[in-house]
Amino acid sequence: MSDAPALEFRDLEVAYTVRGIDREVLRKVSFSIAPGEAYGLVGESGCGKSTAAFAAMRYLPRNGKITSGSILFEGQDIVGMSTSDINTLRRSAISMVYQNPATALNPTIRIGDQVAEVFALQGLSKSDALAKVEQALIKVQIADPTKVMRRYAHQLSGGMAQRVVIAMALASNPRLLVMDEPTTGLDATVEAEVLDLVRKLRKESGTAVLFISHNLGVIRHMCDRVGVLYAGALVEQGATEDIFSNPSHPYTVGLLRCIPRGGLHKNTDRLDTIPGTPPALGTHFDGCVFADRCALVEDKCRTTQPEMVTVGQSHVARCFHTDKAGSMPRAIDTVSVSVSQNPNRATTGTRLLDIDHLSKAFTQDGHAVHVVNDVSLQVGVGETLGLVGESGAGKTTIAKLILGLYGSDSGSHVVLDGKDLAGTLNKRDIKDVGAMQIVFQNPDQALNRRHSVTRIVGRAVQKLRGLSADDSTDRAHELLSGMRVEATLHSARPVQLSGGLKQRVAISRAFAGAPQLVVCDEPTSALDVSVQATILNLLVDLQKQDGTSFIFISHDLGVVRYISDKIAVLYLGRVVEFGDSNRVFQGPHHPYTEALLSSVPNIDGSVRKRIPLTGVIPSPSNPPSGCVLHPRCPRMAGSGVEHLCTSVEPALTEVEPGHFMRCHIPLDQLRTVQTQ
Amino acid sequence: MNDTTATTIANKSNLERKTIRRERVRLVLRDKTFLIGALILGIWLFITVFGNFLAPHAAGDQDFQFVSKSPSLKFPFGTDSNGRDVFSRVILGTRLIVVMAFSATVLGTVLGTSLGLATGYFKGKFDMIVMRLIEAVSAIPVLIIALLAIAALDGRSPTLTVIVIGFVFTPNIGRTVRAAVLGESELEYVAAARLRTERTRHILFREILPNVLPPIIVEFTVRLGYAIFAIATLSFLGAGVEYGSPNWGSQIAENWGNIYSNVWWPTAFPALAIASLAVSINLISDSLLEIFEL
Repeated sequence: MSDAPALEFRDLEVAYTVRGIDREVLRKVSFSIAPGEAYGLVGESGCGKSTAAFAAMRYLPRNGKITSGSILFEGQDIVGMSTSDINTLRRSAISMVYQNPATALNPTIRIGDQVAEVFALQGLSKSDALAKVEQALIKVQIADPTKVMRRYAHQLSGGMAQRVVIAMALASNPRLLVMDEPTTGLDATVEAEVLDLVRKLRKESGTAVLFISHNLGVIRHMCDRVGVLYAGALVEQGATEDIFSNPSHPYTVGLLRCIPRGGLHKNTDRLDTIPGTPPALGTHFDGCVFADRCALVEDKCRTTQPEMVTVGQSHVARCFHTDKAGSMPRAIDTVSVSVSQNPNRATTGTRLLDIDHLSKAFTQDGHAVHVVNDVSLQVGVGETLGLVGESGAGKTTIAKLILGLYGSDSGSHVVLDGKDLAGTLNKRDIKDVGAMQIVFQNPDQALNRRHSVTRIVGRAVQKLRGLSADDSTDRAHELLSGMRVEATLHSARPVQLSGGLKQRVAISRAFAGAPQLVVCDEPTSALDVSVQATILNLLVDLQKQDGTSFIFISHDLGVVRYISDKIAVLYLGRVVEFGDSNRVFQGPHHPYTEALLSSVPNIDGSVRKRIPLTGVIPSPSNPPSGCVLHPRCPRMAGSGVEHLCTSVEPALTEVEPGHFMRCHIPLDQLRTVQTQ
Repeated sequence: MNDTTATTIANKSNLERKTIRRERVRLVLRDKTFLIGALILGIWLFITVFGNFLAPHAAGDQDFQFVSKSPSLKFPFGTDSNGRDVFSRVILGTRLIVVMAFSATVLGTVLGTSLGLATGYFKGKFDMIVMRLIEAVSAIPVLIIALLAIAALDGRSPTLTVIVIGFVFTPNIGRTVRAAVLGESELEYVAAARLRTERTRHILFREILPNVLPPIIVEFTVRLGYAIFAIATLSFLGAGVEYGSPNWGSQIAENWGNIYSNVWWPTAFPALAIASLAVSINLISDSLLEIFEL
């Protein structure tokens, strides 16, 4: 190994040819990664992160090309390298881990054979390669490698599949590992495990890592140095600590401010936003790329491109105002919304929705699979109930049961405003249907791509309010303007709108029938953090204005904590903890909640001891005996009640006023172990 | 969000959308496959409409001085054994086959689309039963079903043939549409429509149908090509059209025996007509398939 950086970008420019025109995606990007160093690239979607990752492998899409600059791998320029030489490098020195393990693995080849291919490429015989596979899988902490080797990709959980992909990437003992959003699709607990694994492997092997992520928390925990990308330009770079404690580019400052972080709550804090939207691909700039959205913008910024300014030791930012960035004025969108239709709402906190013994079993291959088990929850007027839990916990199913999109099993009751509602949608009154609406996770799927914005919202107004077509169009336009969807966009189709605007249209539709309760199913998880902040602010405004209640489903605990008054933690279709948001977050926690909270990488850098959840989520078709958490419970061992945990399912009991838990371990004992 | 920014984005993307559409149209218009197909089909459609004015002779005109004459200036395609002008008969036969093929395909597409929408949306037992029936029907060759139906209903009318072919096409189109609808009905805009108490009919035809149009259009062109062949074959076999009317299939049937006495033209020209019409439609559908990436 030479002393040269493992990877160096020198004034790299990459362009994509779209419809005959070259569009710039990377603008003179320069950085270098020392051998063994972990370098993070962070930025919002479309900023060129993945392009940088693929460029490092010299594996750009067919319409992409390097227009100038160079990429050096250990001092060797790989831009002009022959195909066979670059293949040799990819075989032996540079590896990549992709975002989606499900598509990175070939579904028709057994895992063992697939990993063996990498060893075979290094010239090993088939049997030698297979022997190596086992070791490789053990190295990425796969417990039963011989069994896993015989499986196909679809038979693995997401975390397991990503471990296999990592094993394949490490098989060549690479000196550079490129990781493109390696944990983005994974649950928090699994993400934490995979990140721990990567950290451990890196320590052992001394591999340099180029780590791409949109998640600042993950970057903070994984990287030695960070580069911030905006519109294809590197706007700030420095040691991780410096970037997070002393961000010096207005974009970095804005990015860090708009994240709902530790302890912020809707009642006391409004989220900052970054005004405007990122520029379209290939926009030409005379001045600073961020000038249009910057709070500190001056005439100079629009005409002259700023150079990298040294802020601290190896900490640079591309801005004329690095000294003022940290204290730049907060960007809070203050426009208030006006969609109020129900001024005569009961006072906040009065009970609105009562979910009683809600259960749902789906039939699968002749067996009943209990996806939702005896869930009882309450939502008050003007309150937000947060639903959290890993994927498969039943969050979305509960939402669909409440709305009547699925029929619930007998014995279940959904009581809205004192009225026991029918189980399925078509048996409910139109008024009750309009009273409970939903904002879906993915606006691309939730909005009909063949319909205009006006039609999408207007039709909902027409049906749910019983207005004439003309009146409902007018009302739809009022509603949309209230949500700050401009009149010029009303005739647009969803495909013409940005993600944030689409979600505003979806929210407008949900509010068409003056709802009392709106279910928000991961409404911001497909959005960039700056857009997320504006959507969360909008939801909070709507709630304050109309006293609308929310059921807010999210895997992002920071977001849930910000917006929720009450939290229900779900595991395997059961409520394991329920109570006021403060109590649930401050503890003592249910052991599952504790593990969930400890797995979130914080952006404030506080190191929390991680409480690992071992093993995988059991299948709801065959739940464990006793407490369903017991095979994974981090607190059962040594609790003294193990015999109960394994044999008797605990009931949801009020352990202190307004705080419910489903656990055999006494509250005081939990408090003691959790504060140690 | 800043108002002006939002507007500029919208304008920009509006432009973008128009460019994409224009781009597609340009791709189609540049595609040689499509152009050749469209040119040939265009000629046939012109003949369909104006055939009566173009044909130098009436279909039944016989001139016994010119029996089985080879192609010449007077008779570009020659004459058949009854002394009729093959050129005129090919021209006059166009309308029948084109109109029948279009009607049959439209009928099959409408029925198939309805079936596909219903099975793809309702799923469950209904879907299972219908799909098994469709599979059973699909297992029998199309022509045999058509022949059996026409024989059983004792019909030689073009209308009956159109109806039979339309029905025979229904399962195939139904299956294509069903596959597209299965994916669409899982999307959340359908749930959103249910959550504003839309009727099923509205959901199927106003929400889902517009989103599954591209595969339907392609399936339509593919089926149209098959319909030409099916109608020609049926009339060759003597089923489906009135005897003696100028149509390509029966022309071939009447004259193919004379090939052995070297009178090839009354068979060859109608056959070429069938082939070029079917090929032109297939060229168009191939090109659409490629450009719309279906």
